[in-house]
Amino acid sequence: MSLLEVQNLRVTFDTETGPVQAVRGVSFSLGRERLGIVGESGSGKTMTGRSVLRLIRPPGRIEADRMVFDGQDLMAASERDMRALRGKRIGMVMQDPKYSLNPVMNVGEQLTEGLRRRDRIGGAEARAKAIAALEAVQIRDPERVMAAYPHELSGGMGQRVMIAMMLIPEPDLLIADEPTSALDVTVQAEVLSILDALVRDRGMGLIFISHDLRLVGRFCDRVLVMYKGRVVEELEAKHLTEAQHPYTRGLLNCLPRIGGPRGPLPGLDRSGDWAQEGVA
Amino acid sequence: MSLIEIDDLSVTFNAKGREVRAVEGVSLSVAARESYGLVGESGSGKSTILRALCGLAPVTGGSIRIGGEVLRMPRGPGFSRRVQMVFQDPYASLHPRHTIDRTLSEPLAIHGIGGSDAKVVKALTDVGLPTSFRFRYPHQLSGGQRQRVAIARALMLEPEILLLDEPTSALDASVQAEVLNLLDRLRAERGLTFLMVSHDLAVIDHMCDRVLVMQHGRAVEELARDDLAAARMTTAYARSLFEASADRMLDPAKAPA
Repeated sequence: MSLLEVQNLRVTFDTETGPVQAVRGVSFSLGRERLGIVGESGSGKTMTGRSVLRLIRPPGRIEADRMVFDGQDLMAASERDMRALRGKRIGMVMQDPKYSLNPVMNVGEQLTEGLRRRDRIGGAEARAKAIAALEAVQIRDPERVMAAYPHELSGGMGQRVMIAMMLIPEPDLLIADEPTSALDVTVQAEVLSILDALVRDRGMGLIFISHDLRLVGRFCDRVLVMYKGRVVEELEAKHLTEAQHPYTRGLLNCLPRIGGPRGPLPGLDRSGDWAQEGVA
Repeated sequence: MSLIEIDDLSVTFNAKGREVRAVEGVSLSVAARESYGLVGESGSGKSTILRALCGLAPVTGGSIRIGGEVLRMPRGPGFSRRVQMVFQDPYASLHPRHTIDRTLSEPLAIHGIGGSDAKVVKALTDVGLPTSFRFRYPHQLSGGQRQRVAIARALMLEPEILLLDEPTSALDASVQAEVLNLLDRLRAERGLTFLMVSHDLAVIDHMCDRVLVMQHGRAVEELARDDLAAARMTTAYARSLFEASADRMLDPAKAPA
């Protein structure tokens, strides 16, 4: 059975100049696997991820024919039900640790806050769990990191702290929105292998949102390619190089390659029918 | 003779009484019309070298020469006419309350160069922007369009040398391709010399003839383009950067089973 099922998801923002559709009818289902969502800025990939947690503020509206997580209808769930799901069963890792961690709380307090408030666990036990979580994301000196404030951590460390925080409640589904975009390539590889191990060992489902097609192709099982709020192509990651859709092909071709030809890089041709507004 | 000669450059900052050695003993030389790349992870000191060149970071050891002359502090107007810089974040490097017209004509006004009207129009056309953008503000432009404005601004004084600090890392892949193509074309047309910083080895490889790999403020290894493509690096660090580079990932031979 699939863990998450989304049918005809639409996100609309009512603006002064009329409604703007950020997501226009996205459908997918997810098992205990790694699903990548790729697209350029404005393609609606982040909005799709946030919709699953119903984290879209007015004037934004979420509509869907069906959005079911593990048998529970997310569209009909009350705000109280959603709060019970968020974090505990569905976790989300945001893009930038600089803005997503509380700057005036040390890491230890942030990691144990949820355990103490939500799970009513005592201080010493919560601390032990937090340290174990930091060790799980391969932080070598968890005691020091527990006492540190976010500004004292490097980008890679901050990102790992966020992943650790999301993993403490052992969610069934993790939504990672550009979790490695702010990181250096070698650190990026480490964070990805941590996520990979967690999916394998805990049987977690993962939605991996990224603008980097090659990264997603390497890391995920299945890839959704989004453009202007629609899924233009869905394919197995290992067949990414055989993608048919002109947008996917364009995205792949416009990247420079080491030892590649020196001439101008092919641009993305947006003149095709697929690129026009209002095409179903 | 090389156009840019950096000899044993050190940059040390004093932060809260603690010495931070951002760059330690780096030497490099760039010939006229060459395109030279600096690659490394955050904190490797690659951007600091560009900033030291411009006088934005203190040179605490070694020397920087351009066209054989040692650079003086302050840099002076002659320097701005020879060397210009394009910054990483097009959202932060353009004045939000100045129109594109004002942004582009300001360097001309400072240097007392006339005919700014025609020059602004030509600059916009050269970087592939419609002239109707002239009286817009930065917030009315996309990231790629803003970076084109930043490039146009850097070219207003017709410099010989362009310092590029991660010029495309804030842009989408397809926009990155357009901006890289634009930079390549401008370099060919105007005979510019590039000193370019990036964390993306594939971008550096596409744009540069030679590349210096940096780590912790030190030069690790200098590679010619052919050696990089053929993976003929001699240091472990340069190899690890090469292996982790995103474009290796779709290589069928390298894909994980």
